[in-house]
Amino acid sequence: MSVPSVPISKDIDPRNQEEDYVHSVYNDIATHFSQTRYKPWPIVEKFLKTREDYSTGIDVGCGNGKYLGVNKKLYIIGTDRSDGLISCAHDISKGAYNLGVADGLNLPHPEGTFDFAISIAVIHHFATEERRSEAIAHIVSKLKTGGELLIYCWALEQENSRRGYKEGDEQDILIPWVLQKKQPRKPKTRKNRKKSGNEVCKEEEDAEKETEIETPDESPVKESETKYRYYHLYKQGELAANALSTGTCTILEEGYEKDNWWIIVKKI
Amino acid sequence: MKFITTNFVKCAIKGCQSSTEAFPLKYEDCQLAQEEQEYNPEFIAHMLERLNWPAIIQVAKDLGNESLPPTKPESLDPIMEDDQAVLRDLHTLLLETQIVEGRMICRNCEHVYHIKNSIPNFLLPPHLC
Repeated sequence: MSVPSVPISKDIDPRNQEEDYVHSVYNDIATHFSQTRYKPWPIVEKFLKTREDYSTGIDVGCGNGKYLGVNKKLYIIGTDRSDGLISCAHDISKGAYNLGVADGLNLPHPEGTFDFAISIAVIHHFATEERRSEAIAHIVSKLKTGGELLIYCWALEQENSRRGYKEGDEQDILIPWVLQKKQPRKPKTRKNRKKSGNEVCKEEEDAEKETEIETPDESPVKESETKYRYYHLYKQGELAANALSTGTCTILEEGYEKDNWWIIVKKI
Repeated sequence: MKFITTNFVKCAIKGCQSSTEAFPLKYEDCQLAQEEQEYNPEFIAHMLERLNWPAIIQVAKDLGNESLPPTKPESLDPIMEDDQAVLRDLHTLLLETQIVEGRMICRNCEHVYHIKNSIPNFLLPPHLC
Protein backbone atom coordinates (compact mmCIF):
# COMPACT_ATOMS: atom_id res chain seq x y z
CA MET A 1 0.00 0.00 0.00
CA SER A 2 1.47 3.32 -0.92
CA VAL A 3 0.64 6.74 0.36
CA PRO A 4 -0.75 8.94 -2.45
CA SER A 5 0.75 12.25 -3.49
CA VAL A 6 -1.38 15.34 -3.04
CA PRO A 7 -1.64 18.72 -4.79
CA ILE A 8 -0.09 21.68 -3.02
CA SER A 9 -1.98 24.80 -2.03
CA LYS A 10 -1.26 27.64 -4.47
CA ASP A 11 -1.01 30.51 -2.02
CA ILE A 12 2.06 29.57 0.02
CA ASP A 13 5.00 32.00 -0.01
CA PRO A 14 7.72 30.35 -2.19
CA ARG A 15 10.41 30.58 0.47
CA ASN A 16 8.16 29.16 3.16
CA GLN A 17 7.11 26.39 0.81
CA GLU A 18 10.74 25.43 0.17
CA GLU A 19 11.54 25.58 3.89
CA ASP A 20 8.59 23.42 4.97
CA TYR A 21 8.32 21.02 2.05
CA VAL A 22 11.96 20.66 0.98
CA HIS A 23 14.65 21.82 3.43
CA SER A 24 13.24 20.58 6.71
CA VAL A 25 12.03 17.32 5.16
CA TYR A 26 15.42 16.41 3.72
CA ASN A 27 17.02 17.01 7.09
CA ASP A 28 14.43 14.80 8.77
CA ILE A 29 14.78 11.97 6.26
CA ALA A 30 18.51 12.44 5.51
CA THR A 31 19.80 9.16 6.90
CA HIS A 32 17.03 7.05 5.47
CA PHE A 33 17.15 8.88 2.15
CA SER A 34 20.91 8.49 1.92
CA GLN A 35 20.62 4.73 2.27
CA THR A 36 18.54 4.59 -0.90
CA ARG A 37 20.90 6.81 -2.91
CA TYR A 38 24.06 5.05 -3.92
CA LYS A 39 23.83 4.14 -7.57
CA PRO A 40 24.82 6.76 -10.17
CA TRP A 41 22.47 7.48 -13.06
CA PRO A 42 24.01 6.34 -16.37
CA ILE A 43 23.73 9.73 -18.13
CA VAL A 44 25.30 11.53 -15.16
CA GLU A 45 28.09 9.00 -14.92
CA LYS A 46 28.80 9.34 -18.63
CA PHE A 47 28.83 13.14 -18.38
CA LEU A 48 31.35 13.02 -15.53
CA LYS A 49 33.55 10.42 -17.20
CA THR A 50 33.75 12.44 -20.41
CA ARG A 51 34.98 15.66 -18.75
CA GLU A 52 38.50 16.73 -19.58
CA ASP A 53 41.08 15.29 -17.15
CA TYR A 54 41.82 17.56 -14.19
CA SER A 55 38.98 19.94 -14.90
CA THR A 56 36.95 21.51 -12.10
CA GLY A 57 33.24 21.45 -11.37
CA ILE A 58 30.41 21.93 -8.91
CA ASP A 59 27.60 19.57 -7.92
CA VAL A 60 24.69 21.74 -6.81
CA GLY A 61 22.38 19.76 -4.54
CA CYS A 62 24.83 16.89 -4.18
CA GLY A 63 22.84 15.09 -1.48
CA ASN A 64 24.94 12.26 -0.04
CA GLY A 65 27.62 12.88 -2.65
CA LYS A 66 27.09 9.84 -4.83
CA TYR A 67 28.54 11.62 -7.91
CA LEU A 68 31.58 13.15 -6.22
CA GLY A 69 33.76 10.07 -6.52
CA VAL A 70 32.76 8.90 -10.02
CA ASN A 71 35.83 10.35 -11.78
CA LYS A 72 38.94 10.74 -9.65
CA LYS A 73 40.65 12.94 -12.25
CA LEU A 74 38.26 15.81 -11.50
CA TYR A 75 38.06 18.32 -8.71
CA ILE A 76 34.39 18.67 -7.72
CA ILE A 77 32.93 20.57 -4.82
CA GLY A 78 29.48 19.42 -3.82
CA THR A 79 27.01 21.60 -1.95
CA ASP A 80 23.58 20.92 -0.58
CA ARG A 81 20.98 22.91 1.34
CA SER A 82 20.62 20.02 3.80
CA ASP A 83 23.35 19.81 6.43
CA GLY A 84 22.01 16.36 7.30
CA LEU A 85 22.77 15.07 3.79
CA ILE A 86 26.16 16.81 3.69
CA SER A 87 27.06 15.03 6.97
CA CYS A 88 26.13 11.76 5.28
CA ALA A 89 28.38 12.61 2.31
CA HIS A 90 31.25 13.48 4.63
CA ASP A 91 30.91 10.23 6.56
CA ILE A 92 30.45 8.02 3.50
CA SER A 93 33.66 9.37 1.93
CA LYS A 94 35.58 9.46 5.23
CA GLY A 95 36.39 13.09 4.57
CA ALA A 96 37.54 12.62 0.97
CA TYR A 97 34.75 14.63 -0.72
CA ASN A 98 34.87 18.40 -1.01
CA LEU A 99 31.65 19.62 0.56
CA GLY A 100 29.73 22.61 1.79
CA VAL A 101 26.28 23.52 3.04
CA ALA A 102 24.85 26.16 0.71
CA ASP A 103 21.70 27.45 -0.92
CA GLY A 104 21.32 26.93 -4.68
CA LEU A 105 20.40 30.57 -5.23
CA ASN A 106 23.36 31.82 -3.15
CA LEU A 107 26.27 29.61 -4.10
CA PRO A 108 29.63 30.39 -2.46
CA HIS A 109 31.75 30.12 -5.60
CA PRO A 110 33.61 32.66 -7.73
CA GLU A 111 31.93 33.56 -11.03
CA GLY A 112 33.20 32.23 -14.37
CA THR A 113 35.45 29.67 -12.71
CA PHE A 114 34.32 26.11 -13.37
CA ASP A 115 34.54 23.87 -16.42
CA PHE A 116 31.33 22.01 -15.64
CA ALA A 117 28.44 21.65 -13.22
CA ILE A 118 25.75 19.11 -12.45
CA SER A 119 22.46 19.56 -10.65
CA ILE A 120 20.63 16.29 -10.34
CA ALA A 121 17.05 16.15 -9.06
CA VAL A 122 17.24 19.59 -7.45
CA ILE A 123 15.76 22.33 -9.64
CA HIS A 124 12.30 20.73 -9.43
CA HIS A 125 12.20 21.60 -5.71
CA PHE A 126 12.12 25.37 -6.29
CA ALA A 127 8.61 26.70 -5.76
CA THR A 128 8.09 28.93 -8.81
CA GLU A 129 9.13 28.97 -12.45
CA GLU A 130 10.97 32.23 -11.83
CA ARG A 131 13.03 30.67 -9.04
CA ARG A 132 13.72 27.53 -11.11
CA SER A 133 15.06 29.66 -13.99
CA GLU A 134 17.00 31.84 -11.56
CA ALA A 135 18.62 28.71 -10.09
CA ILE A 136 19.77 27.62 -13.56
CA ALA A 137 21.11 31.12 -14.33
CA HIS A 138 22.95 31.18 -11.00
CA ILE A 139 24.71 27.86 -11.64
CA VAL A 140 25.61 28.92 -15.18
CA SER A 141 27.14 32.14 -13.79
CA LYS A 142 29.75 30.03 -12.00
CA LEU A 143 30.92 28.40 -15.27
CA LYS A 144 33.59 29.61 -17.64
CA THR A 145 32.35 30.55 -21.10
CA GLY A 146 31.84 27.25 -22.90
CA GLY A 147 31.40 25.41 -19.59
CA GLU A 148 28.70 22.74 -19.50
CA LEU A 149 25.90 22.05 -17.02
CA LEU A 150 23.88 18.83 -16.78
CA ILE A 151 20.44 19.14 -15.15
CA TYR A 152 17.98 16.40 -14.23
CA CYS A 153 14.40 17.01 -13.20
CA TRP A 154 11.52 14.70 -12.51
CA ALA A 155 9.12 14.31 -15.45
CA LEU A 156 5.37 14.65 -15.56
CA GLU A 157 5.32 12.03 -18.30
CA GLN A 158 5.96 8.77 -16.47
CA GLU A 159 3.00 6.63 -17.31
CA ASN A 160 4.97 3.44 -16.96
CA SER A 161 6.22 4.21 -13.48
CA ARG A 162 4.57 3.05 -10.33
CA ARG A 163 3.17 6.52 -9.77
CA GLY A 164 1.83 6.84 -13.30
CA TYR A 165 1.82 10.63 -13.68
CA LYS A 166 0.93 11.70 -17.19
CA GLU A 167 0.37 14.66 -19.44
CA GLY A 168 -2.49 16.80 -18.18
CA ASP A 169 -1.95 15.90 -14.49
CA GLU A 170 -1.22 18.50 -11.82
CA GLN A 171 2.47 19.53 -12.06
CA ASP A 172 2.96 20.97 -8.56
CA ILE A 173 2.56 18.24 -6.00
CA LEU A 174 3.59 16.92 -2.62
CA ILE A 175 5.25 13.51 -2.69
CA PRO A 176 5.13 11.39 0.45
CA TRP A 177 8.16 9.84 2.13
CA VAL A 178 7.24 7.28 4.72
CA LEU A 179 9.65 7.17 7.63
CA GLN A 180 9.39 3.98 9.58
CA LYS A 181 10.28 4.48 13.16
CA LYS A 182 11.20 0.88 13.79
CA GLN A 183 14.50 1.63 12.05
CA PRO A 184 17.21 2.31 14.61
CA ARG A 185 18.24 5.85 15.46
CA LYS A 186 15.92 7.69 13.20
CA PRO A 187 16.44 11.43 13.10
CA LYS A 188 13.20 12.59 14.58
CA THR A 189 13.58 16.25 15.19
CA ARG A 190 15.76 18.99 13.81
CA LYS A 191 17.58 19.08 17.10
CA ASN A 192 19.00 15.58 17.05
CA ARG A 193 19.44 15.15 13.33
CA LYS A 194 23.18 15.76 13.25
CA LYS A 195 23.94 13.16 15.79
CA SER A 196 21.76 10.56 14.16
CA GLY A 197 23.22 11.39 10.77
CA ASN A 198 26.77 10.91 11.94
CA GLU A 199 26.02 7.59 13.48
CA VAL A 200 24.28 5.74 10.73
CA CYS A 201 25.03 7.30 7.36
CA LYS A 202 26.56 4.58 5.34
CA GLU A 203 26.12 3.01 2.04
CA GLU A 204 24.12 -0.15 1.98
CA GLU A 205 25.21 -2.84 -0.38
CA ASP A 206 21.78 -4.18 -0.77
CA ALA A 207 19.45 -1.23 -0.72
CA GLU A 208 16.34 -1.25 -2.77
CA LYS A 209 16.51 -0.76 -6.49
CA GLU A 210 17.18 2.83 -7.36
CA THR A 211 14.32 4.78 -8.77
CA GLU A 212 14.58 8.49 -8.46
CA ILE A 213 11.88 8.97 -5.89
CA GLU A 214 11.43 5.90 -3.84
CA THR A 215 8.97 5.81 -1.05
CA PRO A 216 9.40 2.57 0.79
CA ASP A 217 5.96 1.14 0.51
CA GLU A 218 5.93 -2.10 2.30
CA SER A 219 2.77 -2.30 4.35
CA PRO A 220 2.85 0.43 6.96
CA VAL A 221 4.40 -0.66 10.21
CA LYS A 222 3.23 0.85 13.41
CA GLU A 223 4.36 4.38 14.09
CA SER A 224 5.36 5.24 10.56
CA GLU A 225 5.46 8.93 9.83
CA THR A 226 4.79 10.51 6.45
CA LYS A 227 6.78 13.55 5.32
CA TYR A 228 5.82 15.44 2.16
CA ARG A 229 8.30 16.93 -0.29
CA TYR A 230 7.29 19.48 -2.91
CA TYR A 231 8.06 18.76 -6.58
CA HIS A 232 7.37 20.55 -9.80
CA LEU A 233 6.95 17.79 -12.40
CA TYR A 234 8.51 18.93 -15.66
CA LYS A 235 6.67 18.65 -18.98
CA GLN A 236 8.50 17.79 -22.17
CA GLY A 237 10.44 20.87 -23.39
CA GLU A 238 9.91 22.85 -20.21
CA LEU A 239 13.41 22.38 -18.77
CA ALA A 240 15.05 23.58 -21.98
CA ALA A 241 12.64 26.53 -22.06
CA ASN A 242 13.61 27.49 -18.48
CA ALA A 243 17.31 27.29 -19.38
CA LEU A 244 16.92 29.32 -22.57
CA SER A 245 14.89 31.96 -20.73
CA THR A 246 18.05 32.84 -18.77
CA GLY A 247 19.67 34.07 -21.97
CA THR A 248 23.03 32.75 -20.74
CA CYS A 249 23.28 29.35 -22.38
CA THR A 250 22.47 27.17 -25.35
CA ILE A 251 21.13 23.62 -25.30
CA LEU A 252 23.73 21.02 -26.27
CA GLU A 253 21.73 17.86 -25.67
CA GLU A 254 18.49 16.83 -24.05
CA GLY A 255 16.68 13.63 -23.32
CA TYR A 256 14.53 11.48 -21.10
CA GLU A 257 15.80 8.79 -18.77
CA LYS A 258 13.80 6.76 -16.30
CA ASP A 259 11.02 9.23 -15.48
CA ASN A 260 13.31 12.27 -15.70
CA TRP A 261 14.01 14.97 -18.27
CA TRP A 262 17.66 15.98 -18.60
CA ILE A 263 19.52 18.65 -20.51
CA ILE A 264 23.13 19.66 -21.04
CA VAL A 265 23.55 23.38 -21.55
CA LYS A 266 26.61 25.34 -22.59
CA LYS A 267 27.42 28.79 -21.24
CA ILE A 268 27.61 31.50 -23.89
CA MET B 1 37.27 21.21 4.53
CA LYS B 2 40.42 20.54 2.58
CA PHE B 3 42.83 23.38 1.99
CA ILE B 4 42.33 23.15 -1.79
CA THR B 5 38.64 23.99 -1.35
CA THR B 6 39.53 27.45 -0.03
CA ASN B 7 40.48 28.19 -3.65
CA PHE B 8 36.93 27.52 -4.85
CA VAL B 9 34.75 29.27 -2.26
CA LYS B 10 33.96 32.90 -1.56
CA CYS B 11 31.29 35.01 0.10
CA ALA B 12 27.80 33.82 -0.92
CA ILE B 13 26.16 37.23 -0.58
CA LYS B 14 24.92 38.65 -3.90
CA GLY B 15 26.34 42.10 -3.19
CA CYS B 16 29.83 40.60 -2.90
CA GLN B 17 29.68 38.74 -6.20
CA SER B 18 31.70 41.28 -8.14
CA SER B 19 33.95 42.33 -5.27
CA THR B 20 37.58 41.29 -5.54
CA GLU B 21 37.73 41.43 -1.73
CA ALA B 22 35.25 38.55 -1.33
CA PHE B 23 37.84 35.97 -2.46
CA PRO B 24 39.58 34.30 -0.84
CA LEU B 25 37.80 34.40 2.51
CA LYS B 26 39.83 35.22 5.59
CA TYR B 27 40.38 32.19 7.83
CA GLU B 28 40.42 32.72 11.59
CA ASP B 29 40.64 30.59 14.71
CA CYS B 30 41.10 27.48 12.65
CA GLN B 31 41.78 24.06 14.04
CA LEU B 32 43.69 21.94 11.53
CA ALA B 33 44.17 18.23 11.14
CA GLN B 34 46.28 16.14 8.77
CA GLU B 35 44.20 13.40 7.17
CA GLU B 36 45.80 10.98 4.79
CA GLN B 37 44.44 11.03 1.22
CA GLU B 38 45.42 8.91 -1.75
CA TYR B 39 48.55 10.42 -3.34
CA ASN B 40 48.21 11.17 -7.01
CA PRO B 41 51.13 13.34 -8.25
CA GLU B 42 49.55 13.78 -11.71
CA PHE B 43 46.43 15.22 -10.09
CA ILE B 44 48.46 17.72 -8.05
CA ALA B 45 50.65 18.74 -11.00
CA HIS B 46 47.66 19.39 -13.26
CA MET B 47 45.38 20.91 -10.66
CA LEU B 48 48.11 23.36 -9.70
CA GLU B 49 47.77 24.95 -13.13
CA ARG B 50 44.17 25.81 -12.33
CA LEU B 51 44.71 27.18 -8.86
CA ASN B 52 44.87 30.84 -7.93
CA TRP B 53 48.31 30.92 -6.30
CA PRO B 54 48.04 34.33 -4.59
CA ALA B 55 44.87 33.04 -2.87
CA ILE B 56 46.71 29.89 -1.77
CA ILE B 57 49.48 32.02 -0.27
CA GLN B 58 47.00 34.26 1.50
CA VAL B 59 45.03 31.41 3.08
CA ALA B 60 48.24 29.61 4.06
CA LYS B 61 49.31 32.80 5.83
CA ASP B 62 45.94 33.00 7.64
CA LEU B 63 46.62 29.47 8.85
CA GLY B 64 50.15 30.28 10.00
CA ASN B 65 52.17 28.92 7.08
CA GLU B 66 54.43 31.54 5.53
CA SER B 67 56.81 29.18 3.78
CA LEU B 68 55.20 29.05 0.32
CA PRO B 69 57.14 30.43 -2.64
CA PRO B 70 55.79 33.77 -3.93
CA THR B 71 55.39 32.43 -7.44
CA LYS B 72 53.53 29.28 -8.42
CA PRO B 73 55.80 26.27 -9.05
CA GLU B 74 55.60 25.75 -12.82
CA SER B 75 55.40 22.62 -14.95
CA LEU B 76 56.11 20.11 -12.22
CA ASP B 77 56.75 16.65 -13.60
CA PRO B 78 56.09 13.59 -11.43
CA ILE B 79 58.92 11.78 -13.22
CA MET B 80 61.54 14.31 -12.16
CA GLU B 81 63.09 13.55 -8.82
CA ASP B 82 63.44 17.21 -7.86
CA ASP B 83 59.78 17.82 -8.50
CA GLN B 84 58.61 14.83 -6.49
CA ALA B 85 59.34 16.43 -3.13
CA VAL B 86 57.47 19.59 -4.15
CA LEU B 87 54.47 17.57 -5.33
CA ARG B 88 54.46 15.63 -2.06
CA ASP B 89 54.50 18.85 -0.08
CA LEU B 90 51.70 20.31 -2.17
CA HIS B 91 49.66 17.13 -1.73
CA THR B 92 50.11 17.38 2.02
CA LEU B 93 49.09 21.03 2.01
CA LEU B 94 46.24 21.01 -0.51
CA LEU B 95 44.55 17.66 0.02
CA GLU B 96 45.61 16.38 3.42
CA THR B 97 45.29 19.54 5.46
CA GLN B 98 41.74 19.72 6.76
CA ILE B 99 40.24 22.73 8.46
CA VAL B 100 38.17 20.97 11.09
CA GLU B 101 36.78 23.98 12.93
CA GLY B 102 37.08 27.66 12.28
CA ARG B 103 35.65 30.86 10.90
CA MET B 104 35.69 32.29 7.37
CA ILE B 105 35.21 36.02 7.05
CA CYS B 106 34.42 38.02 3.94
CA ARG B 107 36.96 40.81 3.50
CA ASN B 108 34.32 42.87 1.70
CA CYS B 109 31.20 42.69 3.91
CA GLU B 110 32.71 41.05 7.02
CA HIS B 111 30.05 38.34 7.10
CA VAL B 112 31.23 35.38 9.18
CA TYR B 113 30.79 31.76 8.05
CA HIS B 114 31.59 28.76 10.21
CA ILE B 115 33.36 25.47 9.65
CA LYS B 116 32.23 22.68 11.94
CA ASN B 117 33.20 19.00 11.81
CA SER B 118 35.22 19.85 8.67
CA ILE B 119 32.12 21.15 6.87
CA PRO B 120 31.87 24.81 5.86
CA ASN B 121 28.39 26.31 6.10
CA PHE B 122 27.47 29.08 3.65
CA LEU B 123 23.77 29.40 4.44
CA LEU B 124 22.74 33.00 4.86
CA PRO B 125 20.23 34.49 7.29
CA PRO B 126 16.95 35.41 5.50
CA HIS B 127 17.68 39.14 5.34
CA LEU B 128 20.86 38.50 3.34
CA CYS B 129 19.37 36.07 0.79
